Amino acid sequence: MPDLHPWEVPRRYDVVVVGGGPAGMAAAVGACEGGAERVLMVDREHEAGGILQQCIHHGFGLHHFKEELTGPGYAQRYLEQVLEHDIDVLTDAYVLDVDTARTVSVLSGRYGRLSVDAGAVVLAMGARERTRQAIRIPGTRPSGVMTAGFAQKLVNVAGYLPGKRVAILGSGDIGLIMARRLVLEGVEVVGVFELMPHANGLTRNVVQCLHDFDVPLHLSTTVVRIHGGERVEKVTVAPVDEALRPRMHEAWDVECDTLLVSIGLIPDNELARTLGVRLDPVTTGPVVSSTMETSRDGVFACGNTVHIHDLVDWVSQESRLAGEGAGAHASGRRQAHDNVRLVPGTNVRSCVPHTITTEREHTVYLRVTKSLAPCTLRLGDVYERPLRYVVPGEMVTVKVRPRFLESFHGGALRVDVVPREEAGA
Amino acid sequence: MSETSHYLCINCPLGCRLEVDAAGDEVVEVRGNACKRGVEFARQEHSDPRRMVTTTVAISGAPLARLPVATAEALPKDRVVDLCRALHQLRLQAPVAIGDVVMADALGTGVDVVATRSLERA
Ligand SMILES: Cc1cc2nc3c(=O)[nH]c(=O)nc-3n(C[C@H](O)[C@H](O)[C@H](O)COP(=O)(O)OP(=O)(O)OC[C@H]3O[C@@H](n4cnc5c(N)ncnc54)[C@H](O)[C@@H]3O)c2cc1C
Ligand code: SF4
Repeated sequence: MPDLHPWEVPRRYDVVVVGGGPAGMAAAVGACEGGAERVLMVDREHEAGGILQQCIHHGFGLHHFKEELTGPGYAQRYLEQVLEHDIDVLTDAYVLDVDTARTVSVLSGRYGRLSVDAGAVVLAMGARERTRQAIRIPGTRPSGVMTAGFAQKLVNVAGYLPGKRVAILGSGDIGLIMARRLVLEGVEVVGVFELMPHANGLTRNVVQCLHDFDVPLHLSTTVVRIHGGERVEKVTVAPVDEALRPRMHEAWDVECDTLLVSIGLIPDNELARTLGVRLDPVTTGPVVSSTMETSRDGVFACGNTVHIHDLVDWVSQESRLAGEGAGAHASGRRQAHDNVRLVPGTNVRSCVPHTITTEREHTVYLRVTKSLAPCTLRLGDVYERPLRYVVPGEMVTVKVRPRFLESFHGGALRVDVVPREEAGA
Repeated sequence: MSETSHYLCINCPLGCRLEVDAAGDEVVEVRGNACKRGVEFARQEHSDPRRMVTTTVAISGAPLARLPVATAEALPKDRVVDLCRALHQLRLQAPVAIGDVVMADALGTGVDVVATRSLERA
């Protein structure tokens, strides 16, 4: 954004994008492509890029840029596109509220309180990490207990180490990646403790982040108590039985000065909630149409605020679409109404978008409940596709083409992922 | 004489458990791989395991305290920790552009370490 006086900041934009992570950046570019002329992207951080700026590891962009990039590398590539499109970027600015008239209230470090009217709004606030409170670990409340993602930001961006001896609860990818990060920074990682009998993160992260550095992974084990006055002194851990109840007589103490909690992300849906947008009880993000529009007219949503993604490439793809929808909406173009509702069936936890049309091609993103290999993905009785494997940690994407739906005349289409019959395999 | 070792294939999320029969560095047979990329992985992992390394380096004069960096190619696995130690000694000065080499031929391995983002002067 050029240097302006507070009273010079435009008060009306075609599209306002809330959040400048990969979702927000792609939506802003999409909005321009969808016909919007004036687009504003707002982020509370000092620079755009979202969580990518702290994910310094590789694994981004293989699909989108056909090249394996680090998080900051991906962010920089995308930000270049944003700037080429003449999008106004306002950082150090927090969006307080979006109302039903699509007036966006912003608290800006530079301009103070602003109120901006938008032809369409895109919600792209990302996700939050679940905290110690979410699982109620008993004990004292010393300093040194934090989420793994916060520690990641401390280490990779701010340049501080969270402690000297670190225990990690939860084996999601963020926890695993942080174990390696800390070892490489000279911190002792005393172990990763996982409630479930299997690691939650990708196998490649278990190998490259734990095995490579002899960091012990304790499966079916959890932290049952945190000890310490000012600072964490130790944690008590215990194995769990099949019902996931700790077996306290087998508990042991682990000395550490820091506990990182890596137990998952949840969509940041606060703005959506106050706006009265309909939410999906499973994803906890907004229910969205095939153009990523929420139940509120002209309010779109994309990225982790809708459902938790593991690949940023899909975030960019989905968000581009949301932006295009917002751009079209702002320029008064209406798209065909959705006429098919997607219903998660056997072994499908969630589907996004929630509705599609028989007119256009769609990418549907789904998550399964349990691992299967090999298996078949089925859309009602109109389409099926063999899959080599599915795992809950990896989103499945499927392209739904109009011709699959030619013979379909219902309102609801069930999505199942079932074991593949030997004979047909 | 061949000996059996075990590896987890990290080429895709399936994470096959590989059983590898080898005579010294020579891989004779690979079992447990669901696709042929597993064989390639087993060969490399058995004779010359390598890893990409990403870490940060101290930088002054920039809006951030750390510059993210990465090896341009995979480095022998047993040099990873040494490389990070060496990178800890570096003190860079902004500006830095994405792709700039911050350490050439790191530890004599022939592998360069490059910046993975640009940082302007604050
Ligand atoms: C540790 C970790 C490792 C990952 N590893 C990989 C990987 O290897 N490969 C891969 O492809 N993907 C990976 N991902 C996933 C990928 O990074 C995410 O899916 C992606 O960043 C989500 O993008 P987003 O824009 O929805 O959210 P975010 O990146 O979280 O961006 C949201 C933005 O919105 C801003 N914001 C929120 N609320 C407000 C408000 N009220 N006002 C103003 N601004 C606001 C935030 O400041 C933030 O910048 C990883 C994620 C994590 C956490
Ligand atoms: S062997 Fe093939 S299928 Fe198995 S993990 Fe490796 S790449 Fe994946």
